[in-house]
Amino acid sequence: MGQTIVEKIFAAHRRDTPTPENIILDLDVVMCHEITTPIAVTDLEARGMDRVFDPDKIKVVIDHVTPAKDSKTATQGKILRDWARRQNIRDFFDIGRNGVCHALFPEKGFIRPGYTVIMGDSHTCTHGAFGAFAAGVGTTDLEVGILKGVCSFRLPRTIKVEINGKLPAGVYAKDVILYIIKTITVNGATDRVLEFAGPVVDAMSMEARMTLCNMAIEAGATCGICPPDKTTAEYLWPFIQNDYATVDQAAADFRQWHSDPDAAYEQVLEFDVSTLAPQVTFGFKPDEVKDITAMEGVPVDQIYIGSCTNGRIEDLREAAKVLKGRRIADQVRGILSPATPKVYNQAMEEGLLKIFQEAGFCVTNPTCGACLGMSNGVLAEGEVCASTTNRNFNGRMGKGGIVHLMSPLSAAAAAVAGKITDPRPLLV
Amino acid sequence: MKQFGGQALFLDRSDINTDEIIPAKYLTENTKMDLKPYVLEDLKLGGFDPQRDLAGKGVVVSRANFGCGSSREHAVWVFEVNEINTVIAESFARIFRQNMYNCGMLAIELPAADIEKLFNLGGEVNIEVDLATGKLTARGEQTAEFSFVLNDFDRRLVEAGGWLNYADQHY
Repeated sequence: MGQTIVEKIFAAHRRDTPTPENIILDLDVVMCHEITTPIAVTDLEARGMDRVFDPDKIKVVIDHVTPAKDSKTATQGKILRDWARRQNIRDFFDIGRNGVCHALFPEKGFIRPGYTVIMGDSHTCTHGAFGAFAAGVGTTDLEVGILKGVCSFRLPRTIKVEINGKLPAGVYAKDVILYIIKTITVNGATDRVLEFAGPVVDAMSMEARMTLCNMAIEAGATCGICPPDKTTAEYLWPFIQNDYATVDQAAADFRQWHSDPDAAYEQVLEFDVSTLAPQVTFGFKPDEVKDITAMEGVPVDQIYIGSCTNGRIEDLREAAKVLKGRRIADQVRGILSPATPKVYNQAMEEGLLKIFQEAGFCVTNPTCGACLGMSNGVLAEGEVCASTTNRNFNGRMGKGGIVHLMSPLSAAAAAVAGKITDPRPLLV
Repeated sequence: MKQFGGQALFLDRSDINTDEIIPAKYLTENTKMDLKPYVLEDLKLGGFDPQRDLAGKGVVVSRANFGCGSSREHAVWVFEVNEINTVIAESFARIFRQNMYNCGMLAIELPAADIEKLFNLGGEVNIEVDLATGKLTARGEQTAEFSFVLNDFDRRLVEAGGWLNYADQHY
């Protein structure tokens, strides 16, 4: 019997099997940010365990609230900064160099196919786009990861999601994943891995695959994962060129992390996206999703473009297609948070920031920002946001507000129209 | 070892998420105790008042997919500091469930029919948990017994007082 990608990764990283159901994995990367890590650091200090298993395998960023907004967030940053220095963690990204963790760490080349990755952040599943097993964990798992370089998991079953057909104009990875979550529900992949495959995934950029994997957690999945291929090798090339003679050779090596043809899946779901319309959420759960045409005309107060889901250069380019030469509606506020300094600079060089600003958007520094209502861009009671983020939970972006999740193109269209609208006519 | 059980708080909804249990804006707190007043602040459940309804409770009983969403362990800590030691649900989101065991707390999954029965016991319900035998005794207007199965590894974590203690002994 063949193995799935995740079964192969588990077999290659197994440290211990305390029970037949539970596996202790060796970790390749432990990622940290300033919201869930400081309590782990202070707890380890208090226990006399102020050590790390390997400073080179720990990657640290301040991204959720940056610059600090008050004394408490300043303290969180300070705890992390002091710890990184004390433990000789070289990959520490502070203000000026920092950006959204799940966009910044791939850009820095920290992920490889076949890796095991944890972080105290549920959207760590994003890194599965590289064919890695990447899972969000709580602070205690993070503590043990920092200290011992291990984490416990039950071997997750795999649901293969085969995406067939060809994406129509104006429809993106975000629409695909929203539609998938609608189909399998917010609890449909709990204790499972979603393995995304098929011609549509093969044709996707790494940015688009990250968008797909980013929201796997919204279906409850432990991880989303894509088979690593030439696209993966090209993205990683600056970081792996000493390991391989050519991109093709790297891609060939990555094939070891593909599921075997006779691997056992719990379920295989097939989607043909050839006639998929842009999607949007309407309630407080990420599986409450409709075709955007069914939400036409719902007024919005704020538009947020950014986050680990859709704050990458490709996302900004898509939004700019609609915003170029247009103004956002008078009654709305537009906020753009490029996900990383690299995205910011690229957007500046390509003239995208100018397009956003001339359209009336406020451009912030790279940060998680408005996504989870803990720093800038918080909604007031009763306000509505068209957002490229990943969660629409009640109160997520501010108490009493509501968030409608959509693609960058749809968010840009909402900005121009002042209401939710089908973006496709604006592309012409 | 820690004792589990107590008066039950019934939260009659599926998919109760971590943002509802503890909104992100409070994740700037640097001690667990500081989270205490904000428990379930954004819970979307008609007529629910966390301060009133949580008083004296030791157990939360809910429906499917409890604790979905964020990885924030704060969602477990905010129960811990409010003296909730056990959550019983039809199913849990993976990270929340693991965070419970990692903190030496109990997450118990029961079939939907048992959860329904718990909801229908009537009156103030007190739940006794016998970890050794895997039995729950719930006393309200009626009394009912339930069996539960805890994964052996999760049981060891709970018995060790959490994952850090266990990992420090073993790895």
